[in-house]
Amino acid sequence: MTKYALFLGCTIPARQPNYELSARKSLEKLGVELVDLANMTCCCPPPIQSIDLETSLAVAAYNISIAEEAGLDIVTLCSGCFESLAMANTMLKNDEALKSRVNMILSKAGKNFQGNIKVKHFLQVLTQDVGIKHLKQSVSKPLSSLKVAAFYGCHALRPSELLELDDPERPSILENLIEAIGAKNVEYRNKLKCCGGLLRGFSDDLALDLAREKVANTSKAGADCIATLCPFCFVALDIGQIQIRAKLKESYDMPVLHYSELLALALGVSPKELALETHKIKTDKVLSKML
Amino acid sequence: MGFSDAVTSHLGGETMTLCYQCGTCASSCPVAKITPSFNPREVIKLSLLGAKDEILSGDAIWLCCSCYNCQERCPQRVQIADVIYALRNIAIEKGHIPNIYSEFASALLNDGRIVNVSQFVENKRESIGLPPLQPVGVEALRKILSATKFNKLQKQEKSQ
Repeated sequence: MTKYALFLGCTIPARQPNYELSARKSLEKLGVELVDLANMTCCCPPPIQSIDLETSLAVAAYNISIAEEAGLDIVTLCSGCFESLAMANTMLKNDEALKSRVNMILSKAGKNFQGNIKVKHFLQVLTQDVGIKHLKQSVSKPLSSLKVAAFYGCHALRPSELLELDDPERPSILENLIEAIGAKNVEYRNKLKCCGGLLRGFSDDLALDLAREKVANTSKAGADCIATLCPFCFVALDIGQIQIRAKLKESYDMPVLHYSELLALALGVSPKELALETHKIKTDKVLSKML
Repeated sequence: MGFSDAVTSHLGGETMTLCYQCGTCASSCPVAKITPSFNPREVIKLSLLGAKDEILSGDAIWLCCSCYNCQERCPQRVQIADVIYALRNIAIEKGHIPNIYSEFASALLNDGRIVNVSQFVENKRESIGLPPLQPVGVEALRKILSATKFNKLQKQEKSQ
């Protein structure tokens, strides 16, 4: 059985049980075992990289070293966690001097980064370990009448040199996974553009402006919902629509679901088990199309 | 040491001097399209020219949304998003830390997480079918933050 250390991060346990439940239930059905390891911390994503890059690298390496001790590869759900851990993993594997510098810091906490495990995003576990063929065969409720707008966000794809998930300008992994659960992939304008999530709290107006474009373009393309990979994108686009309504007086009603939620539904998990009430934009429209 | 040297000797800032000001970054930037307050090419130009105060105390470096589009497309392979992290790191060392970032720093130091998991949410996990949360490695984390002097960045911000 395929086994991974689940790196949960901060935002998902704090705010998004919908992501955690759907991912855990889907992977269980697909034969992937998740192990929850003690003593992990925040991954140190862009907001902490902005404060101190060296700290971020060291903390990412610390978390990787815990999985190394357990002899497990890591899977992340959040793209922020994926970016910081996968980036640190590749950088430190390829740079002996940087690795010694970081290991000097980790020695204060009794840890050491070896560089002998992989850090994968949830999507990579689905395509590389489960495989599209097995995934398709496991679908019991194909979402055949659903039109889905794929949204990668930024940190699953970029910096591509270090993350190596897919082509940063023409990715296809998420579209393929959407089609594998029977749904229709819908193309829309500026699909790969940022959701503005990381500007929230510093410049809310600019953040909302970027989120608004995403919701407007997917609505115009006739999508039934947006499929996200990252809790920050989810917040920017889901709660974002409530703020867009209040501040910009523009009303959209575009459900935002993590890909894992669509997957769990297609694998036959009951909507009642998925904490769908977490969503600010109701998911009823999506559920009614499944009947 | 000039400002440009200070940036290139900082982690993340190494590639800044490769910039030849072509503007591919600015035309790839989603933020530059919606506000005149941020333009990655300008940020690099001012940093190369040594406009230290304008860069470190201004808002511009904080308006990057860290999408890495510029970095992917730069023909000179300037690691632009990383250069901006380096500039932010230096700004914070000099005491210029936006509120939201000091909140992230405090949360990391106190809880080991940048978004706190409330007791209410933690207690609710079992009833919705989630396993209990594992303990956070706060003690080990504090040793790392002390070794990198991250905790001092925090103190500096408090004394302002």
